[in-house]
Amino acid sequence: MSALLPLVAQGAMSRRGGRVLVGPVDLRLDGPGITVLIGPNGAGKTSLLSLLHGTARLSSGSITWACPLDEARHAQAFVFQRPVMLRRSVIENIAYPLRIRKVPRREALARAETAARRVGLGEMLNRYAPLLSGGEQQKLALARALITEPQVLFLDEPCASLDGRAMREIESILTAARASGTRLVLSTHDMGQARRLADDVLFLLRGRLHDSGPATTFFTRPETPQARAFLQGDIVE
Amino acid sequence: MVDIWNGMTQAVWLMLTLDPELVEISLRSLRVTLSALLVACTIALPLAALLAVRRFRWRRGIIALLNALMGLPPVVVGLVVYVILSRSGPLGVLGLLFTPTAMIVAQTVIIVPLIASVAHQSIRELWAEYHDLLISMNVSETQKIRTLLWDSRRALLTAALAGFGRAIGEVGAIMIVGGNIDHATRVLTTAIALETGKGDFGLALALGFVLIALAVAVNLSIHWLGRTERGDRW
Amino acid sequence: MKRILLGAALIAAATTAQAADVMKMAVTTSFNNSGLAEVLLPEILKDLDLEVQLLVVGTGQAIKLGEAGDVDAILVHSRPAEDAYLAGGYGTHRTEIMYNDFVFIGPSDDPAGIKGDDSAVAALQDIASAEAAFVSRGDDSGTHKKELELWTEAGLDAAGFGDWYNAVGAGMGAALNTAAGMNAYILSDRASWLNFGNKADLALLYSGDPVLFNQYAYLPVNPEKHPHVQSELVDKLEAWLVSDRAKTLIDGYQINGEQLFVFNAGVN
Ligand SMILES: Nc1ncnc2c1ncn2[C@@H]1O[C@H](COP(=O)(O)OP(=O)(O)OP(=O)(O)O)[C@@H](O)[C@H]1O
Ligand SMILES: [Mg+2]
Repeated sequence: MSALLPLVAQGAMSRRGGRVLVGPVDLRLDGPGITVLIGPNGAGKTSLLSLLHGTARLSSGSITWACPLDEARHAQAFVFQRPVMLRRSVIENIAYPLRIRKVPRREALARAETAARRVGLGEMLNRYAPLLSGGEQQKLALARALITEPQVLFLDEPCASLDGRAMREIESILTAARASGTRLVLSTHDMGQARRLADDVLFLLRGRLHDSGPATTFFTRPETPQARAFLQGDIVE
Repeated sequence: MVDIWNGMTQAVWLMLTLDPELVEISLRSLRVTLSALLVACTIALPLAALLAVRRFRWRRGIIALLNALMGLPPVVVGLVVYVILSRSGPLGVLGLLFTPTAMIVAQTVIIVPLIASVAHQSIRELWAEYHDLLISMNVSETQKIRTLLWDSRRALLTAALAGFGRAIGEVGAIMIVGGNIDHATRVLTTAIALETGKGDFGLALALGFVLIALAVAVNLSIHWLGRTERGDRW
Repeated sequence: MKRILLGAALIAAATTAQAADVMKMAVTTSFNNSGLAEVLLPEILKDLDLEVQLLVVGTGQAIKLGEAGDVDAILVHSRPAEDAYLAGGYGTHRTEIMYNDFVFIGPSDDPAGIKGDDSAVAALQDIASAEAAFVSRGDDSGTHKKELELWTEAGLDAAGFGDWYNAVGAGMGAALNTAAGMNAYILSDRASWLNFGNKADLALLYSGDPVLFNQYAYLPVNPEKHPHVQSELVDKLEAWLVSDRAKTLIDGYQINGEQLFVFNAGVN
C-alpha cells in the first residue's frame, strides 16, 4: 500500500447550520509520531478529528492525502469519544473490521483474540459488548481500531474513563503503535497524558488552531498566554 | 346455542387421533403461510434496511406508502390478486388462480408492508447507533445492510412473527384467490368459515383451537430457537 | 431463522399428494352443502382417476368463473342465467343431471300459518301479509333468484318490503344461521336444510309445489373461448355424470332416511 502521509489541510473548515464548528485550520502531518490535540470543551477537537478522518463534511478549504482518498480511507481508523459497540460479542466486535476486509472468519477471530488479550479483554471474549463497562468498551474500541494496522489512527479521548493501570497499558500500546510506524492523532484533557505521549501538540481554542509546535517547546515555552493558562489548569475563555 | 365444550372435546379428539383431514389442512396452512413468510422476508427485510441506509428520492414516499399499506384490507388484496391471476386477467396464462401459489402471492402482498414497516423501525434505530462507526470504517452499502440485518435479527424475528400471525389467521384474501377447494386450497381459516356456514360449530371451533394452538406453537418454538442460538453467552 | 422456515416449508411441501388428472368445476353452495359431492367425488376419482376440484360459490359467481375461463365446467341450477351463459357463447352445451327441491323453513309455531297451504305462492302471500320475519339470501345465487321469482309470481315486490324482510347477502349456511338466530322464515334447498347443524327452533313448514323443483345442469366451458380448458376431462366427467353408475349413487343418496336428489339425465 502506498503512503498516506503527508496529510495537508488548507483553510479546512466545518460548518453546521451556519455555525462554524471548527476552522479554518491549516496543518501538515507527516511521518510516524503522536500528535496530541488539546483545548477546552467545545473547542472543536472532535470536529477537527472527524474532519481530518473524512466523516464530517468539509465546508470549505481542502484536506489532501498523498494517495487517492479511497485508499486513504481504508488505511485509517478512528476511536470515538463515545465508543460504538456492535450488538455482538467482544471478539466479533474486534474481528468486524477484518471481516469487512474479507479476511476468512477463522483467521479474523484468531487475530481478534490476540488483539483482545493485548488490551486486557482476554477474559471476556464472548461477553455481549454493549453490556461492557465504559472503560472496557474503550479498550475494545482501541483493539478494534488497531486490528487493521492503520497507517493513521485518530483517537478522541481514548482514556477518558480508564483507571490508572488501564491507562498505562493503553499508553504502552499506543507508543508501540507509534514505534511500528503509525501516525496517531489523539485528543485528551489529561495534561499528564499529553506530556507523556506527545511528539507534537495542537492547541485548539474556539475552533481555531491557536498554538502548536513540538511537544518539547510547547510544554516548556508556550507562545500564547491562553496556552500558558490552559497548561497551568486555569480556565480559558 | 354454541356448544364451546363440545367444540373443545371434539378439537382434543381430532388432535389426539391425528385426524388425517385435520393434519392435511393444518400442514397446508403452514406450508402456504411459511412460504409466504419466506418470500415476504426476502423482499421486506433488505428493503427495510435499504430504506434506513440509503437516501434516495422516493425514500420518504415509500416509507409512508408502506405504513399506509400496513392497514390494507386483505379482502381488497385478494380481489386484486384474483383479477390479475384470473384467466381473463393479465397473468391468466400462468393458470395460478385457485392454487396454493395464488394464496402465497396474496399473503405475501398482505404481509410485506407489515414486515417491512416493523423491521424498518428497528433497523433505523440501530443505524442511528451504528452510523458513525460504519461510516468511519468505510463500509460498503451491502456490508452495512448485512451488518444491520444480522445485528437486529431479534427485532426482525419479531417482525416476521407479526407477519406470520397476520398471514395464518387471514381468511378473506385466500378464500377469494384459493377458492377453498377441498384437498387443494382448503386451509384452517377457510375450513372454519365453511364449517360455520354449515352450522357445524363443533368442528369449526375444533379447527379454531387447532389454529390458535398452531400459532402459539410456532411463536414459542421460534422464540425458543432464538434463545438457544444465543445460548449461555450472555 | 430462514433455514428453519425453509425446512418447515419443505416438510409441508413433501406431504401433499397428487392425482393423475385434475380439473376444476364451479358448483353452487347448495349442491356442496348437500353432502352429495362427498359421495360422488371419491367414486369419480376411483372410476376415472380424475380429481375434480370444486369451487363452491353462488350461481352468479359460478357463471362468472366459467365466463372468465377460471374453471373447466360449471354445475348450477338457474335456468335463465344458464341460457344467457350459453347465448353468450361461453359454454358448449347444457346437460341436465338431476333435481332436488326447495322448502320453506320457519319458526316451529308457524306464526304466518303457511303449513298446509296449497301452493308456494300462497305460502309467500301469508308470510308477507303477516309481516313475519323473513331471511333472504340476497346474494344473486340460484336460490335467491328462485325466491325473487316466487315473490313476483305472488304479485309482490321484494324491493318494497319493510323491516321484516332481511336480505343477508350470504351463502345458504350463513343465511340459515341468521334465520335460526332471528327465528325467521327462509327459503332453502332441502339438502342444505337437512345437513344444517344449528336448527334451533326452526322446522320444515312447506314443500311439494312443483315450482319449487330445482334442476341442476352441467355446462362445459367453451374451449373456443378458453383454449386451456381440459375438454377431454370435461367430456369424461359428463359421460360419467349421465351414466347408470351416477344414477344409482344420486338416487340412493339419503339424509335421515330422506332421498334428496332425483336423477333425470337423458329424460328430456
Ligand atoms: N453536529 C453538530 N451540530 C451542531 N453543533 C455541533 C455539532 N457537533 C458539534 N457541535 C458544536 O461544535 C462545537 C465543537 O464541538 P466538538 O465536539 O468538536 O468539541 P470538543 O472540543 O470535542 O469538546 P469536548 O472536549 O467536550 O469533547 C461545540 O460547540 C459543539 O456544541
Ligand atoms: Mg470531543
